[in-house]
Amino acid sequence: MTIQEWFDKRKEAQIERRARDMKGIEVETPELWTQCVHCGTQILKSELEENLMVCPHCDYHFRINATTRIKQLFDEGSFEELFKNVRPTDPLNFVDTESYANRIKKAHEKTGLDEAVITGLGKIEGHKLAVAVMDFDFMGGSMGSVVGEKVTRIMEKALELKLPMLAITSSGGARMQESALSLMQMAKTSCAVGRLDEAGLLYINLLTEPTFGGITASFGTLGDIIIAEQGARIGFAGRRVIEQTIRQKLPDDFQTAEYLLKFGQVDIVSKRKNLRKTLADILDMHGV
Amino acid sequence: MAVVLDFEKPIVEIQKKIDELKKMSEDSGMDLNSQIETFEQQAQDYKKELYSKLKPSQKLQIARHPERPKFLDYVELICENFYELHGDREGMDDRAIIGGIAKIDGKPVMIIGIQKGKTTKENLEYNFGMPQPQGYRKALRLFKHANKFNLPIVTLIDTPGAYPGIKAEETGQGVAIATNLREMSKLNVPIVSIITGEGCSGGALGLAVADRVMMLEHAYYTVISPEGCASILWRDAAKFADAAEALKITSKDLLELGIIDEEISEPLGGAHSDHEITASNMKSSILSALEELSKKSSEELREERYNKFRAMGRFVES
Repeated sequence: MTIQEWFDKRKEAQIERRARDMKGIEVETPELWTQCVHCGTQILKSELEENLMVCPHCDYHFRINATTRIKQLFDEGSFEELFKNVRPTDPLNFVDTESYANRIKKAHEKTGLDEAVITGLGKIEGHKLAVAVMDFDFMGGSMGSVVGEKVTRIMEKALELKLPMLAITSSGGARMQESALSLMQMAKTSCAVGRLDEAGLLYINLLTEPTFGGITASFGTLGDIIIAEQGARIGFAGRRVIEQTIRQKLPDDFQTAEYLLKFGQVDIVSKRKNLRKTLADILDMHGV
Repeated sequence: MAVVLDFEKPIVEIQKKIDELKKMSEDSGMDLNSQIETFEQQAQDYKKELYSKLKPSQKLQIARHPERPKFLDYVELICENFYELHGDREGMDDRAIIGGIAKIDGKPVMIIGIQKGKTTKENLEYNFGMPQPQGYRKALRLFKHANKFNLPIVTLIDTPGAYPGIKAEETGQGVAIATNLREMSKLNVPIVSIITGEGCSGGALGLAVADRVMMLEHAYYTVISPEGCASILWRDAAKFADAAEALKITSKDLLELGIIDEEISEPLGGAHSDHEITASNMKSSILSALEELSKKSSEELREERYNKFRAMGRFVES
């Protein structure tokens, strides 16, 4: 074991211990209350939800799932889900410490979703658009064949209906369990963006916590306008991989939305509460 | 000093014996030809057997062999009259990606590849074949040049991945690759890509949205390095051989999955054992692909390229 590995192991153990301690706190917390993972303040769950899952004390933006995101952003009752019938399979019979088939099953049980993306049509302040919303809770929002296919289909739908397209990302990257098939989804979705581009249709990216790897290296950053949600971590390579490669510590704010804005990698960093209006204004100013 | 892989050692042992016998025969004047022949046959048989049953983890070692030909070796062996075209026009000339105009069999092409070094000094120059965003942007500039002047594009890929560094993140490693994926789909000229060694992740794909994607026999192509995959899924990088198996990274697997169109054979003993034969096999595959693609209109090329990648993926519809 190298010293680096020893440190990594020790760090992992610390994180695990902390997570166990946190769990302990949760058990003692009455059901109505929750704790901000950032500032530690006890918050009424209903208050947190009303505040769009943003801590009223420290403004920390909790990661939210696709269903909540859709509820927060779209005009009530306007969202129509499409391509829900596209479902994952296990093309490589992939088994690591657990079989892929089992991981899919567990992810389904945990989230109620069939895959890591929800696609459909909806309206934001009356502006109709096509949308793909990723869900990190389903296998880390990873992109395998189904995510690639659904994203491509919804882009082709936007093309057919001449609608603007919005991709809301939250993903660790390409799904390892489908290997090269996952890698090819990066090409497939990017080629589909190429068609939107050529048709002159507006394509907007909303990058949310976290967006990494194969998503930033494909449809996730190809938008005409890139919005990042406040505090979201966004990057190509993971922090640990970079630290191991360059053998130095990275600044705390490295790969945050705010950091990337400074380096010209995103157009707008937005608070969650402003997202709906920002998107509506952008759609409006582009005449769509 | 030649690098000998673990599983090549028995061959080297037999070769040593053959050399000893030859020397003995010379020194003493004894006729040992039949013994030498037997050993030579043995070595050949062993090699054939070994190379027909390579495990994915052994292919990894061959794909990463320090003496495996590098991009500039192939350029030298395949092309005539190569003119390197430098730089991204935004302040950098990433040495991990090299490109330029050249002729192959008298026909002008744009050839672009990922370059690794043979020595530490060279590897520092080429950043171990790990491109920065600026490398992908240089490649895009050259793609557009090729498009403008109707030059077919050949890309040769050998990378452990795009560089994970601070500046790479700050200058948009993700978007640089993504832009190439999108823009390659729009090019009007034929594109042929060959994974010659390591085809790791987005860093490889960023030059491989092609009409024909080929792989050298012992190259590998994957969404993540087997070591990276093992450290995440198995929580132990030492399990890389299991990951290499599970990830289906070999040319045979990928041909079956429809990810690549063609496997290019390597000489017995791997590309490092004979650069010329390897390059000549590659040259004939490139030429026949370009010949076939040259008959297509730019609309056909674009449409077929789109449909090729559009069709990739496995899922069920219920």
